[in-house]
Formats: sequence, structure tokens, C-alpha cells
Amino acid sequence: MEPKVANHPLPAVKAAKKPKLKILAALIRKDWQLYSLLVLPIVYLLIFKYGPMIGNIIAFRRFMPGGNIYGEKWVGLHYFKMFIHDPAFWNVFTNTLLLGALSLLFTFPVPIIFALLLNEVKSKRFKKFVQTASYLPHFLSIVIVAGMILQLTSVNGSINSLVEFFNGDRINFMQRAEWFRTIYISSEIWQGMGWGAILYLAALTTIDESLYEAARIDGANRWKQTMFVTIPGILPTIVTLLILNMGAFLAVGFEKILLLYNPVIYETADVISTYLYRVGLVSSNFSYATAIGLFESVIGLILVFSVNAISRRLTDRSLW
Amino acid sequence: MKESRSYKVFKVCNAIILLFIVFITLYPFLNVVAQSFSSESYINSGKVNLIPRGFNIDTYKTVTKDAMFWTNYKNTVVYSVVGTAISMFLTTIFAYALSKKRLLGRKFLTMFAVFTMFFNGGLIPNYVLINSLGFGNSIWAIVIPGAISIYNMLIMKSFFENMPEELEEAAAIDGLNTYGMLFRIVLPLSKAVIATMVLFYAVGHWNSWFPAFLYLDQKELFPVTIYLRNMIAGATGVTSAGATSADNLTQISANIKSVTMVLTILPILTIYPFVQRYFVTGIMLGSVKQ
Repeated sequence: MEPKVANHPLPAVKAAKKPKLKILAALIRKDWQLYSLLVLPIVYLLIFKYGPMIGNIIAFRRFMPGGNIYGEKWVGLHYFKMFIHDPAFWNVFTNTLLLGALSLLFTFPVPIIFALLLNEVKSKRFKKFVQTASYLPHFLSIVIVAGMILQLTSVNGSINSLVEFFNGDRINFMQRAEWFRTIYISSEIWQGMGWGAILYLAALTTIDESLYEAARIDGANRWKQTMFVTIPGILPTIVTLLILNMGAFLAVGFEKILLLYNPVIYETADVISTYLYRVGLVSSNFSYATAIGLFESVIGLILVFSVNAISRRLTDRSLW
Repeated sequence: MKESRSYKVFKVCNAIILLFIVFITLYPFLNVVAQSFSSESYINSGKVNLIPRGFNIDTYKTVTKDAMFWTNYKNTVVYSVVGTAISMFLTTIFAYALSKKRLLGRKFLTMFAVFTMFFNGGLIPNYVLINSLGFGNSIWAIVIPGAISIYNMLIMKSFFENMPEELEEAAAIDGLNTYGMLFRIVLPLSKAVIATMVLFYAVGHWNSWFPAFLYLDQKELFPVTIYLRNMIAGATGVTSAGATSADNLTQISANIKSVTMVLTILPILTIYPFVQRYFVTGIMLGSVKQ
């Protein structure tokens, strides 16, 4: 009795589905060369991007190095409880938030101001020269950047030459926790200012010249023109980039910090990513570190989506 | 148009500010170069800023005599070339397929790729995966895991989308299949975007150090960035993956580090003036989409 009833709707579904699948198969067969191009990239994404996402399961399972890559047995939220009760975690969490917030606050406006200053330059050659020089740090390996920072801030370095010139005492900056944030953020500005200005400079060229004309007729001087024509003209670009930057708020420069910091300055320099690196790969607590990493990624994802949603509401600008 | 006096003053100040910015930007480079030609005693007494003191090229001789430096340098070249080739191949075919409106599931597949830009598996799961695949201590750990940059793929995709459709329609009438279309019609017309992508990937590989740091532990396999990192770490007490407390690496003098830095940046600095416009084109192409 029962199977009959249960079976009844099935043929109908099949009938509806089969032609669709057939059409699909036929389409793919006809155009198989196009679809074949997708095979390798999709396999790549599945293994190397989605694979590790699934690998996060070891945050909920006990993992033995060398054992099953998906862990040995379920432990529930054990590792999450562990870091919530770990004062060291909250220290690096605060550091990450502070460093992220300070970076955003200081590194975000600088390229805008730089682009506005460049925009006032009439000589094309001078403009080109300044721009070309300003991109340069963007193309350096982070290892080189770290090497340069360590050299400049060392006791015998140039910054200390300057300090001494003004009758100060030489400071070993990289052994003093209170200096780390300043050094980190200055180096971020140094690396990103020129490169970050490119999009603003592009946006500046699209502003309609007649708007300036009209402003001049209304008696606006150059400053007023900047305030009322130029800045509104690049505002969409500013908003878009702000969304992107705020979304990446927690992703402070892991590699840079890893190269720069040392135990003496962990107090301010240690962030979530460097902490989980030590917990996971130096002390081999894989599951614990994975739990911390998962927590960080999820917060990052929530940040991107919420900033995007808020911006869509308020400004009509969003990434998707 | 008459300029007000205050605007003239502003223009002078502006030029000075911009020149100052250029100076600050270039200063670390000049400092490294100056140190590379200086003698150690002057550096250690904090006397080398812009101009070399105790000028010598002995440090260059010392560094270039180290066989390991050249082995690692060669590795960087190999990883960059192989990595860029793999990246370009995968990125191009992916971008081309996704740029075709007739592709079923195009939207979904694009989202499938874009999602990975905002959410990634994280350090530890990646580490576990790469090692379980047996990539440790091989070039594959360096060139495969980051092979496709979704950002670059999107740039290429939007470039392909903007190509006139008539081109391919005409080619189809001539009996060209999809592969032929991509390799004989589309790619020869995409030289600008290809140059940009090659540069993005090549510079990325050239500068990369972290995958090598994680997955390679044989000196002969290191890229030059790791050679340099180990020098820097030796001098600052940054603990390496294995070491826990104080580092037993010896202090390496500043001039040797400077020479190594100069030699590592040199290729990038040499080509930089000629290729930097391609980078700018690339970032502009990318912004179209957003």
C-alpha cells in the first residue's frame, strides 16, 4: 500500500526533471570544450580553497599531527571554551582590534589627501615623477620592508640619528612595546600611500570640468572648489574603498608582524594571527589554533557583510 | 584665469610637501644602498644615513661568494617562472569560461570563486592539507596553493567580457572551436591584460616568503626571501618555527644584510620604471568591476 502512495508523485517529478537534465547534458556535450576549461580551476578551488574550509572541522575534533586530517574524535566546543577563558587570547584580541582601528584611521585618509595634493600639480612630468616614486614600496617583498624597518629603527639607525640630532637619547625602538604601533602604522602608510592613491586619481579625472567652471562663476576659490566639487566627485570611490577596508579590519598584516615582532614587545605587537601561528605551528596545538582561526574568519566575514549592508542602506553604494 | 595670491603660495607649499613625500618614500632605499657600501664600524656607530662611510665593495664580494645565496636566488627565479606559468594558465582558462554568457551556472560559479576572497580556511587547515598532500619540501607547496588569485581572475574576466562578440562570431563561421578561439583570437588581442597579470603574479612570487617558510626546511630549496629572513631573524631574536626561546643564530652585520637586500630588490628596481604603467592599468581594470 504505502509504496504505491509514496511512488505516485515520483514519476511526475522525474518526467519534469528528465528533459531538463537531458537538455543540460546536450548543451554541455555540444559545448564541451568550454566546460572543459572549468575542470582544473574548479578542482583547484575545491581542494585548495574549500578543502581547508572543511578542514576547520578540526576546531571541533581532537587532532593528532600525522593522524587523520579531519581529526580523531568529536570534542564539541571544547577548544572555543578554551580560548574564551584564555587571558592571552583576549590580549591579542584587543591588540588586533586596536591595530586594525588605528591602521584604518591613519592609513585610509592619507591616499585621499595625497591624491588631492597631486591633483593640484599642473606639471605633468612632476606629477608623474612623484607618482612613480610613491608606488615603489608597494612592490617590495614584505621581508625587505621588515628588513628596512628594523634597520631604520635600530639603535644605530637613521631614526635614532635624527633623535640624536635633536639632542635626544638613542632608543632601541624594537625592544620597546610602546613604540610598536607607531612603527607599524607608519610603515603601512609608507607602503600604501602611493598605490592607494591610484584609484582616487582615476576618479578625479572623471569629474566634469564644467562643474569647476560653474563653481568659479559662483565665485568659489580653489579651496571651495575642492570642498564642493572635487570631494563629492570622488565620494563614491571613497565609500567603496572604505567598505573594503573595514571588511578587512581584522586582517592586520600578519606576515609583517611575524617578521618584526619579538617576545619583548608581544604586549602590543602580538595579534590573533601571530598568536594562533605560535599556538598551532610552534606548540603544535592544531585544534586549538584552528578554533581561534575559525573565530577570526567568521568575524571577518560578518564584518564584510554587515558593512556592505549598512552602506547599501545609507549610501546606496555596495559591493554586491 | 587669474590665480589668487594665496593659491600661488599653496602651489609652492604643495610642491615642497610632495618633494618631501618623495624623499621619505625613497629614503629607506637610499639608506640600504648607502649601508651596503659602508664599513661595519661606521654603521655600528650610527653614522651611515644617506652617504656611504668607509666606502668599500668587499661586502658585495663576500655575499656573492656565498654559494647558498646563488642557489636560493636561482630557486626564486624558478619558483617565479613556474608559478607564474601555472597561475596564468589556470587564471586565463577560468576567466575565459566565466566570461561567456552562454555558460550555464555562470553566476553561481562566479560567486563560488568570489566567496573564497572573503572567507578562507585559515592557516592551520591549509597547513594540514598541504602536508597531507605530500607537498612539503617541494616546489608544489610554493606554486600550487595560491595559483589562482580570484582578484586577478575577475580583472581578466571583465576584460574578456568587453571584447566585441563579432570577433568570435566571425571566427566560429571559419570553423574555429572554443580552444582555437581562446588561443588564436582572444589571447593575441589581450596582450595588455596578460602583461599586467604576468607582472602581478611574477612580482607576487618573487616577493613571497611565507609558504616557503612553512613548507620548506631544506636550505637548498629556499627562495632568496628566506635567505634574507633568516639573516634578519638572526639579528633580532625573532624565533623561527622550531626555536622557542633565545635564538642561537649569530648576529649578522648590517652591511651584509644591506647587500642582500639590494641584490634582492635589484631586478624589481631595474624593470620597475618600464613596467609600472602596466600595474596601474591593472588596478584600473580591476576597479571597473567594482
